[in-house]
Amino acid sequence: METWELLSKIIFLFVILAITLVVAMYSTYAERKVAAFMQDRLGPNRAGPYGLLQPLADGLKMFMKEEIIPTMANRTLFILGPSIAMTTALLTGVVIPWGGNLTIAGHVISLQVADLNIGILYIFAMVSIGVYGIMLGGWASNNKYALLGSVRAASQMISYELAMGMAIIALVLTTGTLSLKEIVDQQQGWHWNIFYQPLGFLIFLVCAFAETNRAPFDLPECETELIGGYHTEYSSMKLGFYLFAEYINMFISAAVIATLYFGGYNFPFLNRLPLDANVLTILGSVVFFLKIFFLIFLFMWIRWTLPRFRYDQLMNLGWKGFIPISIANIMVTGVVIYFKELFF
Amino acid sequence: MDSQNKFMPQDYIPIMIQSFIVLGFVLTTMIMTHLLGPLRKSKAKLENFECGIEGMGNARSPFSVKYFLIAILFVLFDVEVIFMYPWAVNFRDLGANGFLDMLLFLGLLLLGFIYIVFKGALKWDNS
Amino acid sequence: MTFLFYLLAAVAILSALMVVFSRSPINSVIFLIICFLSIAGHYILLNAQFLAVVHIIVYTGAIMVLFLFVIMLLNLNTSNEPHKSQLTRITAVITGGLLLLVLIAATKDAVLIQAKNPADYNIGLVKQIGQTLFKQFLLPFEISSVLFISAMVGAVMLGKKDSKKN
Repeated sequence: METWELLSKIIFLFVILAITLVVAMYSTYAERKVAAFMQDRLGPNRAGPYGLLQPLADGLKMFMKEEIIPTMANRTLFILGPSIAMTTALLTGVVIPWGGNLTIAGHVISLQVADLNIGILYIFAMVSIGVYGIMLGGWASNNKYALLGSVRAASQMISYELAMGMAIIALVLTTGTLSLKEIVDQQQGWHWNIFYQPLGFLIFLVCAFAETNRAPFDLPECETELIGGYHTEYSSMKLGFYLFAEYINMFISAAVIATLYFGGYNFPFLNRLPLDANVLTILGSVVFFLKIFFLIFLFMWIRWTLPRFRYDQLMNLGWKGFIPISIANIMVTGVVIYFKELFF
Repeated sequence: MDSQNKFMPQDYIPIMIQSFIVLGFVLTTMIMTHLLGPLRKSKAKLENFECGIEGMGNARSPFSVKYFLIAILFVLFDVEVIFMYPWAVNFRDLGANGFLDMLLFLGLLLLGFIYIVFKGALKWDNS
Repeated sequence: MTFLFYLLAAVAILSALMVVFSRSPINSVIFLIICFLSIAGHYILLNAQFLAVVHIIVYTGAIMVLFLFVIMLLNLNTSNEPHKSQLTRITAVITGGLLLLVLIAATKDAVLIQAKNPADYNIGLVKQIGQTLFKQFLLPFEISSVLFISAMVGAVMLGKKDSKKN
């Protein structure tokens, strides 16, 4: 890797990191505004115009709060838990292609931090490490509610990981690659994967809700029975990390869904516009972010519309519902592709 | 592979850099919040929260074996799912033969799954 | 590259030692996770990308979660760790020493293995692994699914036995 390439990657990496943090911050604001809109309230409107400075105020508050570590807790693990949650959340985004190629002064710069041969699996790997953040945090707290919440969270996340993996396999059957960049490049025009994998998309979407512990699957932190779930004992920025990691995960999973099923930075008639290649690339990235924001809105919409599942319903849906359906999806997809190859 | 050596270990250099940056960010934030916040400890404050009543014993009590069973089954299914990725990537090259082989594998997987369901290993309510 | 190799090797060995030496089982699990991650790093250096990521998903993401569950389930705190008698310790040292002896004897006469085709960097990528697995090693692959079924049966049996007792 040449020096200028590495340098451009590092700059781009910082840009993406900043965007991720800002989007996650403003997702908290958007969530409250969306909730307020749905419940016919105003939502935060005191800090700055329309309450736009609310996330900054919240962040500052998190920093200035007292840091409480219970005497019964295991100190190292108590600090390690939120750190792992935050680290894995921020590391997931590197494989997502945020845009096409920019040409600056003769150098081609790809708007993707790392194009891996196993891009999708990298995301899975990060998600599976993220389970530890919740498990260790809940266990280290030495609180009954926290322990219950973390065990629930871990079981839920690993259960839905299976169905998610199987939904992806049906997708890989059609694409033939695990590299996210190649998957996006195959979806030019209207060839979005959602039209070829509608069932797989639905399974993936529901599993994404479960993996990010969002309503209606927010059992690990359901207030009515577990107080705060795995972060009951947490305070100050450690609590902030848990909450923040959830929003980053939501952003990243929206980006992954947009990449895999909604054509990523492609949009119809992209190549027909009489514009410079660089402008088109930027336009593609803007469209990609619009898709992401719509999906984030979908996440919030569902959170404030549907009631919470019961734990046995959740597990039944994950194991007895989605696993057979996704196996059937794989088989049907395989048969269809095979016969298409045979006859056309 | 359309080009020679398209995917190399060098692809991971940005990930390495990113992990250092992220770890640095997490570490500084943790230290900052430790330094910035006030510290007024008291015995009651540092007790575990149990809805206001006094804490009873150690929280780390054994929990239901069902969670444990779920974890074991997850390991098994996860490995099976992993096996499918190399097949899915090569699906068009392997053709009908590869598909039939995988159908056999999937069939056995389904058989195991049906066994688990009928044995009631995934039943969550005891009624 | 060489520097990274030595760094990862050092991390792997140190964390592996810490797995053995740390008092609390939950710390051992964490050090084992670090050890697995550094081994995944080794795979990446060899450009065995698929193997690296599978190593993380299966070992770090699945098996270690299971270990953590077991430790939580058995409630193995430092406070109630079962006391080991002098005899068990001596037997453990003797067995470990014998294993070390066997390993040294095995590696002493080992020849340096030459890579079959060292120029081919693509051999560890997912496509090539699929080609090998589903053409050359098809039978072991199919038999492994039978192994999985037997493992499932075993797991269900164990779980059922326990829940009856409760």
